[in-house]
Amino acid sequence: MLQTAERGASTSKKAPHEKYLEAFRIMLQTRIFEEKLASLYRGGLITGGVYIGRGQEAVSVSCGIFLQKGDVFAPLIRDQAGRSAFGEPLLDVARTYLGSRLGPMRGRDGNIHRGCPKTGQLAMISHLGAMIPVVVGKLLAKRMKGEKGFIGLTTIGEGGMQTGATHEGMNIAAVEHVPLVLVATNNHYAYSTPNDRQFACADLVDRAKGYGYEGSSADGTDLTQCLDTIGAAVKRARAGRPPQLVVASTLRLAGHGEHDDASYVTDDIRREPFAQDSLQRAEQLILEQELLDREGLQQMRAEIAAEVDEAVATAQQEDAPVGSEEDWCAVSTRELVDQIP
Amino acid sequence: MSVTYLEAIREAQTYLLREDKRVFIYGQDIAGKFGGAFKATKGLAEQFPGRVLNTPISEDAMVGTAIGAAMEGMRPIVEMQFADFSSIALNQILNNAGTQYWRTQVPCPITVRLPSGGTKGSGPFHSQSMEGLYSHYPGLVVVTPATVEDAYTMLIDAVAIDDPVIYCEHKYLYYHLKADALPTEKLPIGKARVVRPGRDLSIVTNSAMVHEALAVAQQFSADGIEIEVVDLRSVKPLDTGTVLASVARTGRLLCVGEAFPWGGVTAEVIARVASEGFHLLDAAPARINAKDTPIPYHPNLWSEHRPNAKTIAAKARQVLAE
Repeated sequence: MLQTAERGASTSKKAPHEKYLEAFRIMLQTRIFEEKLASLYRGGLITGGVYIGRGQEAVSVSCGIFLQKGDVFAPLIRDQAGRSAFGEPLLDVARTYLGSRLGPMRGRDGNIHRGCPKTGQLAMISHLGAMIPVVVGKLLAKRMKGEKGFIGLTTIGEGGMQTGATHEGMNIAAVEHVPLVLVATNNHYAYSTPNDRQFACADLVDRAKGYGYEGSSADGTDLTQCLDTIGAAVKRARAGRPPQLVVASTLRLAGHGEHDDASYVTDDIRREPFAQDSLQRAEQLILEQELLDREGLQQMRAEIAAEVDEAVATAQQEDAPVGSEEDWCAVSTRELVDQIP
Repeated sequence: MSVTYLEAIREAQTYLLREDKRVFIYGQDIAGKFGGAFKATKGLAEQFPGRVLNTPISEDAMVGTAIGAAMEGMRPIVEMQFADFSSIALNQILNNAGTQYWRTQVPCPITVRLPSGGTKGSGPFHSQSMEGLYSHYPGLVVVTPATVEDAYTMLIDAVAIDDPVIYCEHKYLYYHLKADALPTEKLPIGKARVVRPGRDLSIVTNSAMVHEALAVAQQFSADGIEIEVVDLRSVKPLDTGTVLASVARTGRLLCVGEAFPWGGVTAEVIARVASEGFHLLDAAPARINAKDTPIPYHPNLWSEHRPNAKTIAAKARQVLAE
């Protein structure tokens, strides 16, 4: 292992990462935005599910913040922070959740299944592990076309690590030697199922060796560690090292979706160090190290709240898609549309 | 000079690799001197270095990788070693490739080659015909070339199409079909072909069953009964117009398919003729498929499991007698 950080260590004492404040702002934006989405859901204003990343913002933001133009990002269910860091506009999210016809998915797909492949952000499908080889293919093609300096990053959870697709995808990435970073967030529950019914190895990062990856671990509640660990993995991938596996430990501080009260999370687990809130910890460090004072934080909060309100208000005023006006055609080649009587 | 069906597939891939820098071939055992389980890529890895790539035994990841490459502007051809193993990749084909354009407006031009259909002794897991299954899902184009000429031109056309194409090549035809030369003309994907004109009965079929149907038609012709044989060529989209025109000429329809009976291509053709061309029919439309069991290993059982000239002829007599 290249580095194995201590789990549940207290807030890092060293000088904060150069991207610390930028990352913190995105985490805070994510929290405020997702609370707004959850409240809209409770108010019956969102059809379908709402899936938030509460507790995983530090890991997720670190996944998006080091990526550049030309990189590939395949986020999953709890990656609002990473998506924002990669450049996804809040309005795209609001439009998708609220069913605006102007959103990136135009009502054809919802919530977390949004994406914009042209900017490098792939649109996930629900089948876990399925996006890993797609990222591999994007990277392989970039190499064939002679592009340089790109990487791909995709995320998974401790539950998603157990699918056959993840196994095949991880292996083929190493066989093709593409610059892939796979960030696995162990949030200790796959929907309602705890880790002892998901895997039996001591630590998921141990699998890195078996796949020919370089592995590293991070305390997912500590923004400094997440930035350092994922930043280093991204750097190694960019330098042509083998694929990188980063395993970050956290607790999902919400239900699987907003429909779920997460009553299966035990009190014992809630007392574990990995159950800390990464956003609170980051805020504490900011105050301790005087990166911002309380007033500065308050101002940041107010700015974000205004951005969130604006995105939601805009999307709410937009028209919904209309079935009778939809172009019901799943292939791009018009003359090959099957004319079903 | 003569060209087999298999050689036509190899020649089409040679042409594609030579003419289109975006094309690469991805599959198991296809590179090196070996050149694939059926030798469909023999010599291509040497001729086109870095563009004919062996993969691990990972059907799901093979297709996933092809999808990513296609979205990035490449034109990957995935060779499944046998159509049957594409079941491992169903998720990528149906849920990722098939939904990509609809969801994101980014086309996904992959071609998946499926060595399909039964041959003696191949058993349940090396004999399947999966065109009906793939056609059921939106977002895919599904073709089943039945001739050397179609094997060549339809593979070239498949790669040019901006959508995912499932190219079902029949293993029995690999060595059994020969043409004098590669074709210089073509019929586009999406068009069926009347391969033998007739006036008494239309047999609508595809892939290797086209040849069984032709044998039956020839046999009946000796007795003065003229069977029209329609080769669908492309299963999705299905050329309903050509089928209806044939039924309009003959008034009778028999659909023949090598796939399993429940649902599928024969059922779809009959449903369309019944709803669009009921008035054209002089007798109830009939169909004959493989039996509703796994495909047997022993030649004595296998030859009874799939439709053959004898069972097709018996069914044809029934329809003609009505």
